[in-house]
Amino acid sequence: MESLPATTNSAANSESEPEIAPSAARLLKAWETPRGWRYWSAVNNSEVGLWYTVTSFAFFLFGGVLALLMRIQLAVPGNTFLTADQYNQIFTMHGSVMMFLFAVPIFEAFSIMVLPEMLGARDLPFPRLSAYGYFSFLIGGIFVCGSLFFGAAPKGGWFMYPPLTSAFQDGVGADIWLLGLTFIEIASIAAAIELIVGVLKCRPPGMRINLIPLYCWYILVVAGMILFAFPPLIAGDILLEMERAFDWPFFDPKRGGDPVLWQHLFWIFGHPEVYIVFLPSIALMAMMIPTFARTPMVGYSWVVLSAVGTGFLSFGLWVHHMFTTGLPGISIGIFSAASQAVAIPTGVQIFCFLATLTAGNVKRSVCLLFIFAGLATFIIGGLTGVMVAVAPFDFQAHDTFFIVGHLHYVLIGGTIFPIMAAFYYFFPLVTGKQLSERVGTIVFWLVLIGFNVAFFPMHILGLLGMPRRVFTYPAGMGLDLWNLISSIGAFVLAAGFVVFLIDVFRPRRQQALSERNPWQAGTLEWLAEMPDQPWGVRSIPVINSRYPLWEQPGFVNDVDEARFYLPDAEEGKRETIVSSVIDATPIQCLRVGGPTFLTFFAALFTGGFFIFATYHWWWPAILSGVIACGVILRWVWTGTAWIPEKENKDVGLGVSLPLYLSGPQAVGWWAMFITMTADVTAFMSLVFGYFFYWTIHDDYPPEPLPGPGVFWPVTGMLLLLVAYGLTLLARHWNRRDFGARFYLLLSLAALFTVGGTGALLAGPWLTGLDPTEHVYPAVVWVLVGWTALHAVLGVVMQLYCLARRAAGRMTARYDADIVNVALYWHFLALTVVITVGVIAGFPSVS
Amino acid sequence: MKEDRQHSDEFHERHERIWLMFLPPFIWAVHLLACYLTAAIWCAKHVGMESGFMTVRVAIGVYTAVAVAVMGWFGWIGFRRHRHLSQDLSPDDDTPLDRYRFLGLATFLLSALSIIATLFVAAVALFIGNCD
Ligand code: HEM
Ligand SMILES: [Cu+2]
Repeated sequence: MESLPATTNSAANSESEPEIAPSAARLLKAWETPRGWRYWSAVNNSEVGLWYTVTSFAFFLFGGVLALLMRIQLAVPGNTFLTADQYNQIFTMHGSVMMFLFAVPIFEAFSIMVLPEMLGARDLPFPRLSAYGYFSFLIGGIFVCGSLFFGAAPKGGWFMYPPLTSAFQDGVGADIWLLGLTFIEIASIAAAIELIVGVLKCRPPGMRINLIPLYCWYILVVAGMILFAFPPLIAGDILLEMERAFDWPFFDPKRGGDPVLWQHLFWIFGHPEVYIVFLPSIALMAMMIPTFARTPMVGYSWVVLSAVGTGFLSFGLWVHHMFTTGLPGISIGIFSAASQAVAIPTGVQIFCFLATLTAGNVKRSVCLLFIFAGLATFIIGGLTGVMVAVAPFDFQAHDTFFIVGHLHYVLIGGTIFPIMAAFYYFFPLVTGKQLSERVGTIVFWLVLIGFNVAFFPMHILGLLGMPRRVFTYPAGMGLDLWNLISSIGAFVLAAGFVVFLIDVFRPRRQQALSERNPWQAGTLEWLAEMPDQPWGVRSIPVINSRYPLWEQPGFVNDVDEARFYLPDAEEGKRETIVSSVIDATPIQCLRVGGPTFLTFFAALFTGGFFIFATYHWWWPAILSGVIACGVILRWVWTGTAWIPEKENKDVGLGVSLPLYLSGPQAVGWWAMFITMTADVTAFMSLVFGYFFYWTIHDDYPPEPLPGPGVFWPVTGMLLLLVAYGLTLLARHWNRRDFGARFYLLLSLAALFTVGGTGALLAGPWLTGLDPTEHVYPAVVWVLVGWTALHAVLGVVMQLYCLARRAAGRMTARYDADIVNVALYWHFLALTVVITVGVIAGFPSVS
Repeated sequence: MKEDRQHSDEFHERHERIWLMFLPPFIWAVHLLACYLTAAIWCAKHVGMESGFMTVRVAIGVYTAVAVAVMGWFGWIGFRRHRHLSQDLSPDDDTPLDRYRFLGLATFLLSALSIIATLFVAAVALFIGNCD
């Protein structure tokens, strides 16, 4: 294994600059990070990923401060440090910040930062999308957290149960939660799309699906889970916000609604969320453990099995959060059984980790301490979890501090400890310097002891009967001592983090750079030079093993001496290799976008839409939304599907690759496909709502309400299906280069779409369905509105393609735009058929 | 090496369908939903009809038989692919044959896990015989 001597700072660098090879200079120039204030226009994964990670960690600290405030309040009985109202806001914000602004984003953030390095890629396929996601996250996060300083924060608990949050809470708190977090969830989905396409399509040549780093399997699983878990929550957010803003009675029993629907939608998201939070930490361990054991992971296939298996099974558990809602025994039984089954894959992973650790000879370090602590804590949390998954015990422990103790053992053991380990492990990769092992040991013991002292007593408090979410308790009930101990523990824990932060932020000018690959790891991210270069890797390597740095002789040298692919940027463009999904055969040389402020403005105005809507300032909200669409269109117009100056490019080693692809081989097609999967999931959640109301009413659709009828919905469907057919034909004639037919058919398609949308809306409109009267008209309107909105988007896309061809930015050969729009239309057609089948078809059969 | 050159077309990635490995857990999900919805709708719509609950149990039995049969079949295919041309356990090398055997193993393991999880769920119908 090659390791370069540690060089000292900039002096050495500037001296060596004149000697740099012309190819390397061109490469550096293409990937150069913008300077000065333009630095913030960077979109490269290493910058965006770093901002993203730092921001989500900052939200963690904010959430931690809130936790300390709660522990001060609870330290002694009858305390008046916080009022009940303040306490409600603080525990709600603590839970929401930790779950939505820290635990999920930090995984995505960190993955954006290191995934390209793990794959030996130059960047992810859509760097600007990552930047958009980041700014959305930043703006949304500041908005949601900021509300606390105006006493306007949400106070319905992190799961926002109506009717508490619909009928009993005025003010904007709940709206801030619903709209602010929906905005952030959209950013999370954007990042998930980026990561999935990254793993599937941007692997280095030779990295077959059985050779990818385990971390990448976890990314696939977790990002996939985000795509199926967040949309139901977004659907729930829409329904609840419609109730709050426009009085559509989805959760109001007096008018046929039912709060239990919210619980379903929330927990279909909420339980997988626990695994979305915890699997990435397992993934981090799967990268670190082989390094410290100095041996490949034992049972690669078994770890893959458990990652995929956990991902699936975790969706089958949501009802276990609803055991106390009076469900039939059999439903409880079914979900209780599923909850026990998920323990199997979880156990398999941990077993593989322990086997790896015992198979190798382990090297001691702070990282490893945190890994062990994480495993042990998580196992304890898992045990109490199995306890509460047993329904009779849950009846007892539900809503007590026992639950608070349990969930923190899982969350802190399962996420915080491994993340701390990863901080120590990856710090040199990001900054070029190592954190101190000596200080690290102190941090470790403070955190470990503080954590247990803080959270173990909570189990006892719960069993003694102390409910969660109460701002104080009377003296003399046996709760005083345990609460005091818990609060002291929380401060010891916090002290550990303070010491850690000091070590992270202290100036490091004097400290020598870390040697390259300081832990002697075997995976590609450790190719990074110290400090790292913006190009990611000097040349994109060929892989034939899981730990190339260990198993491929002379590997680092070959990469550094540019003996592999794309060692140059002759045209001064940012390029990376796209490969096939299964065997990673190179298929395209992809040009990715460079620095821009467009993504920032797109996020700003998207944020404006959500923020103004919170205060029901509809006109500014709409204006902001329109501007956001404009900016996004401009970004897509100027930044995607460029027509290259030549057909193929020589990428080195005698391989020549196309510069442009369309259809299922192209990354853009995959992004559209994945986005639409998430979109259809949200739609299906709304359809679920329609049928949910059917199960709880004997009379549904309710008798005196006429419903949307059959005529208009079916007319709308037919018109839209014609538009769909015309769009597909337009794609066909574009490929044949019959320009006139293309323009004619696509213009007609747009007209038909407009007509169809009108007809669809006419159904409930002309039959006089009033959405505030009863839940049935409301849910019909929601389905129709959703479909109409998508049809309008469909028109925008059709017009876009017309304009593209007219402007010469799309041709018969370079047709990615219309191909992706046609893909969108497949999903739109499906949505239309289901909507009409439900609103017009179901009333006639039931 | 010679051997897999010979087979290199047989194992070409264009014959590979990666989503097949996700089908067994998908079937588990469909089975879970089917059981849950059948029970929930039955209990919501036929309150108090104790005698009819046998229908639900039979339905769950049928779902389970079908699901286990299909998953078992996938598992068997996966197992055969994994044992193809070689007996050793871990397909860790970089040939197309190794990738082929790895995906076989993954399908097999996922089928096994899904079958266990399905049986867990089905067992509930054995023990619970009414709606409360
Ligand atoms: C850093 C140390 C932490 C401390 C001292 C702490 C403390 C607390 C306390 C005392 C409560 C209960 C509030 C109540 O029911 O009255 C709570 C709730 C909660 N915590 Fe933490 N916590 C910490 C870290 C975390 C982390 C890292 C996460 C997630 C990743 C988390 C997620 C939650 C959630 C989801 C709730 C439930 C909120 C609700 O009831 O709506 N906490 N925490
Ligand atoms: Cu759960």
